[in-house]
Amino acid sequence: MVQLIYLTTLLPLLGFLFNGLFGSKIKNEKIIGIIGSSTIGISFLIVVGAFFQTLSMPVDQRQTIVNLFTWIKVGNLDVNVSYQVDQLSLLMGLIVTGVGFIIHVYSIGYMHGDKGFGRFFAYLNLFIFAMMNLVLGSNFLLLFLGWEGVGLCSYLLIGFWYDRKFEKSTTSDAAKKAFIVNRIGDFGFLLGIFLIYLTFGSLNFNDVFARAASLNIPQYVFNFIALFLFIGAMGKSAQIPLYIWLPDAMAGPTPVSALIHAATMVTAGVYMVARCSIIYASAPAIMEFVAIIGALTAIFAASIALVQNDIKKVLAYSTVSQLGYMFLALGVGAFSAALFHVMTHAFFKALLFLGAGSVIHGMHDEQNIQNYGGLKKYMPKTYVTFLIASLAIAGIPPLSGFFSKDEILWSSYADGNIIYWLIGVVTALLTAFYMFRLVSLTFDGKERFGHDKHPHESPAVMTIPLIILAVLAAVGGFIGIPEIFSGEHGNQFDNWLEPIFQPAQAKIAMFGVHSSLEEIVLMVVTLVGVIGSIYAARYIYIKNIKPAEKLSKRFNGVYNLLLNKYYVDEIYDASVVTPIVKGSEIVLWKFADIKIIDGLINGVANLIEKISGSIRKIQTGVAQFYALIMMLGIVAALFWIILSL
Amino acid sequence: MINNYLITFLLAVPLVGALLLLLIKKDKENLVRYFGLFVSTLAFIISIIIYAGYDSSKGGFQLVEKQMWISNLHISYNVGVDGISLLLVLLTTFLTPLTLLSSWKSINKKVKEFTFFMLLLELGMLGVFVSLDLFLFYIFWEAMLIPMYFIIGIWGGPRRIYASIKFFLFTMFGSLLMLVAIVWLAVYASGTLGHFTTNLVELYSIAPTIPYGIQLWMFLAFALSFAIKVPIFPLHTWLPDAHVEAPTAGSVILAGVLLKMGTYGLLRFCLPLFPQAAIHFAPYISTLAIIGIIYGALVAMVQKDMKKLVAYSSVAHLGFVVLGIFAMTQESVQGAVIQMVNHGLSTGALFLLVGVIYDRMHTRLISDYGGIAKIVPVFATFFMVASLSSIGLPGLNGFVGEFLILLGTFKSPVLDSWWFAGFATSGVIFAAVYLLWLYQRVFFGEVKNPKVNELKDMNKREIFILSAIFVFIIWIGIYPSTFLKISETSTKKVIEQVFSPVNTGSK
Repeated sequence: MVQLIYLTTLLPLLGFLFNGLFGSKIKNEKIIGIIGSSTIGISFLIVVGAFFQTLSMPVDQRQTIVNLFTWIKVGNLDVNVSYQVDQLSLLMGLIVTGVGFIIHVYSIGYMHGDKGFGRFFAYLNLFIFAMMNLVLGSNFLLLFLGWEGVGLCSYLLIGFWYDRKFEKSTTSDAAKKAFIVNRIGDFGFLLGIFLIYLTFGSLNFNDVFARAASLNIPQYVFNFIALFLFIGAMGKSAQIPLYIWLPDAMAGPTPVSALIHAATMVTAGVYMVARCSIIYASAPAIMEFVAIIGALTAIFAASIALVQNDIKKVLAYSTVSQLGYMFLALGVGAFSAALFHVMTHAFFKALLFLGAGSVIHGMHDEQNIQNYGGLKKYMPKTYVTFLIASLAIAGIPPLSGFFSKDEILWSSYADGNIIYWLIGVVTALLTAFYMFRLVSLTFDGKERFGHDKHPHESPAVMTIPLIILAVLAAVGGFIGIPEIFSGEHGNQFDNWLEPIFQPAQAKIAMFGVHSSLEEIVLMVVTLVGVIGSIYAARYIYIKNIKPAEKLSKRFNGVYNLLLNKYYVDEIYDASVVTPIVKGSEIVLWKFADIKIIDGLINGVANLIEKISGSIRKIQTGVAQFYALIMMLGIVAALFWIILSL
Repeated sequence: MINNYLITFLLAVPLVGALLLLLIKKDKENLVRYFGLFVSTLAFIISIIIYAGYDSSKGGFQLVEKQMWISNLHISYNVGVDGISLLLVLLTTFLTPLTLLSSWKSINKKVKEFTFFMLLLELGMLGVFVSLDLFLFYIFWEAMLIPMYFIIGIWGGPRRIYASIKFFLFTMFGSLLMLVAIVWLAVYASGTLGHFTTNLVELYSIAPTIPYGIQLWMFLAFALSFAIKVPIFPLHTWLPDAHVEAPTAGSVILAGVLLKMGTYGLLRFCLPLFPQAAIHFAPYISTLAIIGIIYGALVAMVQKDMKKLVAYSSVAHLGFVVLGIFAMTQESVQGAVIQMVNHGLSTGALFLLVGVIYDRMHTRLISDYGGIAKIVPVFATFFMVASLSSIGLPGLNGFVGEFLILLGTFKSPVLDSWWFAGFATSGVIFAAVYLLWLYQRVFFGEVKNPKVNELKDMNKREIFILSAIFVFIIWIGIYPSTFLKISETSTKKVIEQVFSPVNTGSK
């Protein structure tokens, strides 16, 4: 099965080609949907097979390189298309194909009747192709191919309904913004790759990481590499200051938001930093920077989510915030905890988005939660699964989010920096609050929608995926039960990934503390706060809506600041976008290019024309003029030659 | 046996074809078209045979033919190819039939003359790439201007006269200086070798002995001529005008092949003939190249005319090529060579696509479009892939070239600074900006101009032309080895030529 891993990219590619080329002609949703989903389903089975095969191998042999062909070979550079099957890529592969398959199936129901049905499944398959290359690639260049590929799919899918309006602008604006902001990150990523090649003379993970651990390389080189790569991660994984594209990415169809902009693609940055753990472990200053950015993003995005009224916007900022958690974990050296949260987040956030999709579907494209209310009796399955996901993200035990979030909080505390822990806890409280504000406004309370809306539960093809994800979101955390509860076996999840992160962990030599009492105390403190937060939200938004209004009036300034997302988009527009566009048009093009450069040249030409105007007429005589000059030139040259011979 | 005359045969095909064409009656337009297509396809087949006969592992000039021409001056008819010129020959013969095919309907006045000039143009371009004698090279270099001048001047847009004259004067101005330099070189050779010569291989051998001070001037004379052709900032202003006014076929050839003559010249002559001067000027030219990358992209971004946008994007793309050449590492030069081919394919495709839509709407103004993705989905798909190729998306051709150039620039001992690669890399952002913005305004959103509702999607002929190009766009993206191998030993040789005199220390 391990050797067949290339099928997990090949099959989605074939699915893409089939649906892309013939999708618009066959017009049969069943065929398109089955082909689109089965390619991913089979890929999932292959990854599962590879997983068990790898599990059966001795721990120190759990890495297999599957080499396909030479991609770029010039001078010393020798890059292959080859896949690295190991603990980390298998974990990511399972998430991508597993959650991916569920979302493909869901999409059959969600996209039913859409004119672009075939195109949608083609793009979705292309996305899985790119994402699998990203996580399986055994070198930085193949990782980058996947990295750019998922960016492209994200672009295509955000702008999927390219003739629609989205908020103040259009879906295609949102798509373009996503691509360009990501490209800014990729600019950093590319510099990182160049510097890696310059430093280590290779782009293969195994070579680079082995040399990073053994060679004596100056500190600043590690710092630069780590920083450049992280700029790429900031773009892809929506961290401050490059997070701005992700909320707008909600312009795409909801399954896309679930798959790409919550469960998989946006965690690519986390994967990449974790993959390069040894490089980061060698650059402590940048680790600190990663932690700071992560912590700030976590709390900043959560604060915006508090007041948003678009159901998907709330979830989008929630995603940004949760990604911040993951980077906080990476920054404090808890690589495994970050990936654990990647996994649990994939379950509950995909579920939340799909649930939101179900609500939007049932409410005829209404997305404003102020116009929902009391939906639980109309969509019981959606409600229950959504509730489970909300409890999971809030961190209520024993649901999955509890374990992963707790591990991150504990790690940041154990790292010795109480501020990180504090920010993490406050973010957890905010998370619980905005999630239950969302749940309460949507499913509880009075119905606030008009009689023209007839909310209904979604078909089985949509609700079954919800139920599967709900089960995963509920029990997914058990594979990462902390050592303190699980006893001698330790944390199974951490054990699995341990060989990957061992070199980095050895270098930063952390986690000396395993104090059990402290961990439990902190856990209880957080839990009490979270439960309080949930009750507060329910109280405010179900029982009595007035405090919310009072609060927003009382703190009008803050409320508006949050509602308008701190005006970051406006600031970027005014300080970066407009000056560049206007500057290019007025200064570079109309002034420098036309007036100065071209003006100068035309001026010279005019001068020559005036001088020579008496012997020729420009409209009729250019060829002759040219011949004349050439002749003169040749004659002069010959004279010179003869004279000098 | 035939191998000995393959290159001559290649040159003879468009020449004889053009002459035979004159025998066909003017009003038999379709016959003219088929004949032109046949001749140019034949040239393509011959170039494939040349490719098959070329041993890329050995490198160096192969399939060489030499006939003494003006014997007392040692000027010879001397032709042959190495890996670098072979790739460009293939590009030329590949694009020419496609451009003729693309003009099938759009060129309907003076078809015979048009085909005639296109074949002569092909002859000129091929001659430039296969000449191993500077005098011969110069003749082809200049001769090629004439058909291009007429193609823009007769079949061009409203300001075609202005554009064609500008094109002509610009490029000719540079050439004259080059002629002087060629003559000087030949004379210098007589001092060293005992006889006057314009033979490139012989000149290579004496290049290291040219005094440094004189190298600088020689280099500048050559480089200026090539820089205009590339064009390197700030000598680029002829390009947007020429492109906008040229008919589609003219634009494709102009961008696809003619500009490469400049970068080819830099690589073939400037570097190996004046190595120390090349090293001396490398940081300056690289700086101009990087300005071109960013400036070209920013100016492209704000264009209102699609063709002008693509034209300015060429300034940016060619900036990458020039940077790759002057970084003078194996990676960067290989990248530059493959990027020449890439640019020919990607920008060629973009010009063809703009031509497709122009044939239907007779406007290239971006603001006249909007929301056409659902009206012409096939066209929209092709345009998307061509844009992505131009943007440098991994998996397509553009990425391979850009990546190698930037990687090579990063480790370049000649430039010796991260700043060059750092600034140049920012080009990847801007390329995405101008092309995606263009795409958005033309294809996405709501239909604003009711006329576009009647647009017809691409026909079979157009699909064929672009599919042919896309085969290579994908091929180079996924398996560039096929093409990188061709030029590998040849680019290595150029780099050796540059650095060997430094080692012997004649400075």
